[in-house]
Amino acid sequence: MPVMPIFDQAKCDGCGLCVTVCRCGALVMTEKMVAIIQVDSCGWCTDCELVCATGALQCPFEIVMSEG
Amino acid sequence: MSITIENLAKLRHFAGVENDRLAGLPQLFNQKPFVKGQTIVSEGDKQENLYFVNAGVVKIFKTSSEGKEQIIIIVRPGESFNDIAVFGSGYSPYSAQALGNIVIYWIHKNDLLPFMEKNWKVARNALAIVSEQERMLLTLIEDLSFKNVTGRVAKILLQNSEPGPDGFQKLTQYEMAAMAGTAREVVGRSLKSLEENGVISLERHRIVIKNKELLTQLAGLN
Repeated sequence: MPVMPIFDQAKCDGCGLCVTVCRCGALVMTEKMVAIIQVDSCGWCTDCELVCATGALQCPFEIVMSEG
Repeated sequence: MSITIENLAKLRHFAGVENDRLAGLPQLFNQKPFVKGQTIVSEGDKQENLYFVNAGVVKIFKTSSEGKEQIIIIVRPGESFNDIAVFGSGYSPYSAQALGNIVIYWIHKNDLLPFMEKNWKVARNALAIVSEQERMLLTLIEDLSFKNVTGRVAKILLQNSEPGPDGFQKLTQYEMAAMAGTAREVVGRSLKSLEENGVISLERHRIVIKNKELLTQLAGLN
C-alpha cells in the first residue's frame, strides 16, 4: 500500500482547495468532506499541505542517511 | 455565475461599504476560469487589473534568471493579488499561476480608482491590505537575507536523521519552518537548494542525506 498524505478529518473545513490542486486524483470530495484514495501516482508534491489553511493535510518526510 | 453585490461585500476591499454604494460595481468586474498550471500574470507585464480568487488557489512567485522559483504567497478564495501593480506603476512584480482549476474575477484600475475616490472606506481598506502585504514581504526579505535558513534547515535535518524507538522521525515542511523560525515557502526553497547542490535528495515522503559532511558544514556544526 502506498504511503499517502495524512488527513485529519476533524480539522477539515471542507473547502476543497486540496482537491483542486491534487495532481494525481488521490483527493476527492464526497458530501462536503475530503477523502483520500490510495494511488501509486502520488508524487508527494505537498501542494495539498501547502494550500490547506486548517492543517488538516500533512505530508511528512522521513529523514534518512544515504546508504551509499 | 455572475458577480453580485453580495460577492463583493464579502471582499476585504469593500468591507464596511453600504450595499447601495456598491450598486453598479459588479458590472465593472470580469470573470474567467483558468486551468491548473495556467499563468494569470507574468512578472514584468503591464497588468492593471486587481484580481480576486473566486474559487481555487493561486500561487504568487518570483523566478530567478536561472529558473529558480520562490513562492511568495498562496492566494485563497476571497483574497486579492496584483494590488502592487494596480496602485503603483502598473507593472506586475511577480507571476501568478493557477494551482488547480480556478475562477478569477477582476476589475481594471481605471474603473476601481474613480470608485475609490468616491468611497474612502475602500481606499482605507486597500491601504490596510497593501500594508499587510508589505509587512509580509519585509518578513520574507528578512528571512531570505539575514537568517541563514538553509543552515537552520540543515541542522534540523541532521538532528532528526537518527531513528528513534518508533522508527525514523517524520517532519512536514510546516514543522521544519516552525523549528527554523521562518515560512514554509522559505523552507521549500532551502530544501530545493540543498537538493540542487547534491547535499540531499527529495524522494517520495523521504529526505535522503547524501552528503553528511557538507550538510554538517552548512549547519555550522563542525
